[in-house]
Amino acid sequence: MTRTETNRSRSSNSNSENSRDGGGGTTGMRIIVPLQGVVQGRGGLFLGSVIPCAFFYFFQFYLKRNRKNESDNSGEQNSSASTPNSVSNSGFPDPTRSQSAGHLTELTGLPRSLSRILLSPRHSGGAVSVSGRVNSVIKGGDSPYYVGQKRVEEDPYDELGNPDGVIQLGLAQNNKLSLDDWVLENPKEAISDGLSICGIASYEPSDGLMELKMVVAGFMTEATKNSVSFDPSQLVLTSGASSAIEILSFCLADSGNAFLVPTPCSPGYDRDVKWRTGVDIIHVPCRSADNFNISMVVLDRAFYQAKKRGVRIRGIIISNPSNPMGSLLSRENLYALLDFARERNIHIISNEIFAGSVHHEEDGEFVSMAEIVDTEENIDRERVHIVYDLSKDLSFPGLRSAAIYSFNESVLSASRKLTTLSPVSSPTQHLLISAISKPKFVQRFVNSNRQRLQSTYTLLVKGLKDLGIECTRSNGGFYCWADMRGLMSSYSEKGEIELWNKLLNIGKINVIPGSCCHCIEPGWFRFCFSNLSESDVPVVMNRIRKVCETCKSQN
Amino acid sequence: MGLPMMMERSSNNNNVAELSRVAVSDTHGEDSPYFAGWKAYDENPYHESHNPSGVIQMGLAENQVSFDLLETYLEKKNPEGSMWGSKGAPGFRENALFQDYHGLTSFRQAMASFMEQIRGGKARFDPDRIVLTAGATAANELLTFILADPNDALLVPTPYYPGFDRDLRWRTGVKIVPIHCDSSNHFQITPEALESAYQTARDANIRVRGVLITNPSNPLGATVQKKVLEDLLDFSVRKNIHLVSDEIYSGSVFHASEFTSVAEIVENIDDVSVKERVHIVYSLSKDLGLPGFRVGTIYSYNDNVVRTARRMSSFTLVSSQTQHMLASMLSDEEFTEKYIRINRERLRKRYETIVEGLKKTGIECLKGNAGLFCWMNLGFLLDNKTKEGELELWDVILKELKLNISPGSSCHCLEFGWFRVCFANMSEKTLDIALKRIHEFMDRRRRF
Repeated sequence: MTRTETNRSRSSNSNSENSRDGGGGTTGMRIIVPLQGVVQGRGGLFLGSVIPCAFFYFFQFYLKRNRKNESDNSGEQNSSASTPNSVSNSGFPDPTRSQSAGHLTELTGLPRSLSRILLSPRHSGGAVSVSGRVNSVIKGGDSPYYVGQKRVEEDPYDELGNPDGVIQLGLAQNNKLSLDDWVLENPKEAISDGLSICGIASYEPSDGLMELKMVVAGFMTEATKNSVSFDPSQLVLTSGASSAIEILSFCLADSGNAFLVPTPCSPGYDRDVKWRTGVDIIHVPCRSADNFNISMVVLDRAFYQAKKRGVRIRGIIISNPSNPMGSLLSRENLYALLDFARERNIHIISNEIFAGSVHHEEDGEFVSMAEIVDTEENIDRERVHIVYDLSKDLSFPGLRSAAIYSFNESVLSASRKLTTLSPVSSPTQHLLISAISKPKFVQRFVNSNRQRLQSTYTLLVKGLKDLGIECTRSNGGFYCWADMRGLMSSYSEKGEIELWNKLLNIGKINVIPGSCCHCIEPGWFRFCFSNLSESDVPVVMNRIRKVCETCKSQN
Repeated sequence: MGLPMMMERSSNNNNVAELSRVAVSDTHGEDSPYFAGWKAYDENPYHESHNPSGVIQMGLAENQVSFDLLETYLEKKNPEGSMWGSKGAPGFRENALFQDYHGLTSFRQAMASFMEQIRGGKARFDPDRIVLTAGATAANELLTFILADPNDALLVPTPYYPGFDRDLRWRTGVKIVPIHCDSSNHFQITPEALESAYQTARDANIRVRGVLITNPSNPLGATVQKKVLEDLLDFSVRKNIHLVSDEIYSGSVFHASEFTSVAEIVENIDDVSVKERVHIVYSLSKDLGLPGFRVGTIYSYNDNVVRTARRMSSFTLVSSQTQHMLASMLSDEEFTEKYIRINRERLRKRYETIVEGLKKTGIECLKGNAGLFCWMNLGFLLDNKTKEGELELWDVILKELKLNISPGSSCHCLEFGWFRVCFANMSEKTLDIALKRIHEFMDRRRRF
């Protein structure tokens, strides 16, 4: 499969690099020792350190020059190849293509800067080059996240129409209880209170209409059961949570900086935080032994390791309720995180997009980061930024409306300007205003939403348990985090991918393997249950049972 | 970047977590007069009856001349529930579903068909090459992210839309190197100017990744000649760079025959290595007068770019409600043909009204044939033909005449004294009032 191909080429390249370095080192040693024998005392010490250093630097310079020549040559090789499209069309390496094209796709596994050189032919007449970003975007297309998605699109499950199709358990899509009821009752309002197109067509503030902000603030307040009162003027609306996170990444970090992200985390962060910003993510692994809770010790270690490497950490991104576990962060945990941020003078991005989808509250309540900083001084409030997403809570994914909530006026000011590049569509804003501002409807909707999530979650978890698959306790959101380590043929990333493949191709269900969530322990899978109706659950269980049997017979 | 930073564990709480360079920079360009005039308008907007002496907004390129056509269509063809597609309320379910960054197929097909119609069928558009973004602003920025790396440059002919300073540069880190054009040849791009701009970039050790033109041009209000387009394509091939054509005003050309889209030029080319460097940006904001809807597209002949743009459009998707709402309208060829035709006609009339009106007062405009504005020459009124002189005059026009127009310097025009005047975002009556104010101003000046 694609991944292994690229893996193989990556490791063989690094091997050759290692051997080159190793060679340089040993030669150096042979020179130092006799030298130190010749010149005694301080002179010897001096020469003994300068000469190997000089040798080392010259050697690196020599290597760099040679590497550059190599890549120039291969770059020219690419452009002189007669194939006009030197990167394959499908985004997957195609073994039947010409040699130079094969060479190019192999190299997509290499560090970005190198591939950028390769993609830029030094003379005209070759294929025109694109930016270095393109590479990482296209490479990402090989990940299970996208491959699974594609399979679902090609062969989607439908109870009646396509009962053998692929069941979507990868994406948070809350389409069972939609606005249908409301629309049927109020068709006129559905077209924005009969406002003529004139009223909604012109340019409006790109960060959203105040009326909509007020409605959103009200909704957020309700999600915290009124323990926080959100101020609409501190809201910036944008066309989706991805955009909100990207905007914050642009505002809080420079290219080359990094955010600390506890893992497992949302697969989307790789895209939202990194793709266009040049900002990096440093994963802070959480373990099943800790119930995947964030360990402050591990967080601290990650911070200082980054600092030692010269990487500046600008903030930490947490999600609460968490993705993929669905757990609620405790008050203590939140205070500890705030202390951590304060001591290191960094920001906190609190991704609270599932705040309104809490379905089990017996073991704790949802506490927003906003509540924690409510009583803190301004200086600390200004380091907290909250992301909220109407789509998750109201099953409006297609309507693209999320929000950034911040106490930091500069961040708000910059974000507002940035929303010209990702604004919420005007008719959509008006629709949302009229839909959400009917309190009776909202109440009814939120309650039935929670009940439905609760019952589907319970059914799914029980079903999995009956098959011998345990899940971590999830209190909010649309995901189950399932322990499928027992089904793997080997306790490794390879084993996990094999199992994922089986689930997709034999079981015909699309689930997200833990590696997409950067989980350090292989064998965990994320199941999204918001798409499922009660009748779907047994179907899913049957499919998984089939896979379990296949695994057991193979093992 | 990569340098060791000393981050001590600070026990004192006087450190505020800093923001990024992007956040604190002024590359968003919102401090320019272009935007300052808007502020003056916001504070004192003209209203026919309530505030007849207020500031008339002539700095906003918005098209309100053909609204009635849209309204009638939507009301007649689509009674309640239509906004969800022809199926009415049940269609909502499809609407609310996960927003696929591919966009609704029906809507992409409708866009492709609409774009073909605007070009009189002289070019074909493949719906699978259409990537939707929340507005042309986002489309331009997205293309820049894809075609260039930080510190690279795009060549852009002057005068250009002030928003480019933000859209193309702010987050991307890409520079704009201007291709200077002047009135000696009606501000058309010359091969010499192109070479000169390219050389300027090379001398500064900046890598040029592409040329970005607006056709028809904003702020000139004129189409780019076919010969120039061919030259541009040649240049792009020779230098092995991209060619981006922002055709956001393509539906606002007064006479269809006078517009040549770069798509037409590429249509007859088979060489993929040539085609692959061409990309078109379009939006419904200007031609349909629906800026609030935020519907933009990137159309690229380059598979890599399409694929990447599609994925990156995750940050700036068009709401499915909007797509549904417009899909049936845009694919109704009878309606679109009528709309395009009538819209062109009305814009042309407006243009003639304002140009004639200005001529009577002794003010000349560049000969234009498209867009929602005219390019007015007030150079003869300047004592100093400098940027300061121009801005002084702009200030006078804003404060005394209460007209918000856009000074050429904010469009990076090196010839001072030119101003962009929008005429499509107001009623005919308001336009008359504006002309009257100019008339009076010119009279007063002549007397002294």
